[in-house]
Amino acid sequence: MIDYYRQNSDQINGWLGWHARLSALPLLFGLLIALPLGWLARRYRWLYPPVVTVAGLLYTIPSLALFILLPGLLKTRILDPTNVVVALTVYTVALLVRVVADALGSVSEDVLQAATAMGYRRLGRLLKVELPIAVPVIAAGLRVAAVSNVSLVSVAALIGVPELGQLFTNGFQLSYQTPILLGILLSVLLALAFDSVIQLVARVLTPWRRAVPR
Amino acid sequence: MIRFDSVSKHYPDGTVAVDSLDLVAPSGQITVFVGPSGCGKTTSLRMINRMIEPTSGSIWLDDQDTSRIATHELRRQIGYVIQHAGLFPHRTIVDNIATVPLLLGWDRNKARARGRELLERVGLPAHFAERYPAQLSGGQQQRVGVARALAADPPVMLMDEPFSAVDPIARDQLQEEFLRLQNELGKTIVFVTHDIDEAIKLGDQVAVLRVGGRLAQLATPAQLLSEPADAFVAAFVGRDRGYRALGFTPVGELATHDEPTIAMGSALTGAEAADGWLLAVDDQGAPQGWLRLADSRPGADTTVTEDLLHRGGTVAGADASLRAVLDACLSSPSGRGVIVDEAGRLAGTVTASEVLALIERRAPADPNPQPVGGGGQ
Repeated sequence: MIDYYRQNSDQINGWLGWHARLSALPLLFGLLIALPLGWLARRYRWLYPPVVTVAGLLYTIPSLALFILLPGLLKTRILDPTNVVVALTVYTVALLVRVVADALGSVSEDVLQAATAMGYRRLGRLLKVELPIAVPVIAAGLRVAAVSNVSLVSVAALIGVPELGQLFTNGFQLSYQTPILLGILLSVLLALAFDSVIQLVARVLTPWRRAVPR
Repeated sequence: MIRFDSVSKHYPDGTVAVDSLDLVAPSGQITVFVGPSGCGKTTSLRMINRMIEPTSGSIWLDDQDTSRIATHELRRQIGYVIQHAGLFPHRTIVDNIATVPLLLGWDRNKARARGRELLERVGLPAHFAERYPAQLSGGQQQRVGVARALAADPPVMLMDEPFSAVDPIARDQLQEEFLRLQNELGKTIVFVTHDIDEAIKLGDQVAVLRVGGRLAQLATPAQLLSEPADAFVAAFVGRDRGYRALGFTPVGELATHDEPTIAMGSALTGAEAADGWLLAVDDQGAPQGWLRLADSRPGADTTVTEDLLHRGGTVAGADASLRAVLDACLSSPSGRGVIVDEAGRLAGTVTASEVLALIERRAPADPNPQPVGGGGQ
């Protein structure tokens, strides 16, 4: 496997880089979209059930179907990586909307009441009080979404997008196990890397969680 | 001054939380709203800073109609303390306290310096500043809650059952310190509680509300105990109100008897007491406890030590209430109540029958009693 990697390192590193980008960008966009949606679902309680249901349904659309449908909808070429980013953003949003709504819901009523009574306006309270307290729950959701993205990106190899999934299609076409195993290994390592980065960022953002309870 | 001008709160389902409330909470005083659940006391409180909007009527802060002030600006000039403190778990204690100053645009260092100053003011050690709320006990968190409400020095404070969730000992301490703090600061305070004892202990005036949000009586604690307006108030004020009312009557001129004493550490040899009880004092003359000679006769060289003393008796100051003085008598193992001067030195003793004679001789309930100092109530 190491020999195989050495012989094809340029190509494989390129795929790894793409794979990382194609998983990370949707994570970022998905979070940015899920934050306001989750807030809305929390703010207007009647929105919560439909939003969560629609999000759940979105996640059941087969990724391959979405990769093939999107070029038609977005007027992009079939091989355009934009399709993959958009598709995975949809899945990330689907996963995170509920997480964001529940994370905001986890902030205690006492804290909200105190913040309002201190004279926070709605946006200030959200940014300075609710979101910081919601970080641990949101981070937990992001970790799931990150791993899910790393795994879903591979499917895009079937429509010819260059990423680690290419190792699987190559291995399949050549009936050769080594690239498949290498692909799995690199995917797992990539997922672990994402997971560690998210955990690290969450840790830095929540020094209060490490304070030892009395 | 806070003025309720026929304020009502009706909910769409027909519930009446507050029914045309007219009331003035005078500046620099503590007004307590008390009543059973569903009496609208918390709703009334929250209408002051517009956490809840009245259906009709208006609430005035001095000469300003609160409905004409932007809510966030109104709230920044009103301190607010709630039952479980509601501290921000993600901020250190000092940053929690500095919340309102920062919202008002104070410089960060100035706001944090103010936070540290208040930490000390509410009796917490300076090194708590950098801790997080989860590291503090309930009582300590509540002190921080009070400090946070005081941070921008608001003229008005709203307190919603602030001491209900802490244990009885911490509650007592918090109440005492709250009164001490109020003595220094003189805020206009509206305080909500369901506990009539707390209302009577803390209030300059007490508003008793009945279910359906109607004011049953607005009076000083002493008036409430001696002249409840109706059967509801009488039942709500509860038992022992005759005894508790004594807490608002200063004892006035009190003739005490000289009491033979024995100094701590001195030998018991030859000590005599008419009834076998001897009062031990320290070298400043402050009473330490009662000594029963029969218990401690054995050796000729026995001296007065801490472990020989009975400590059941309370001690009342010379300026205390009739209740404190009577309690000193009733709790004393010798039956003689110990009275001390301002410096805590023994002034003499009185008996329960002498105090009762004073009570019988006194004029019928004074509707405007003078505040009572020292010695507890």
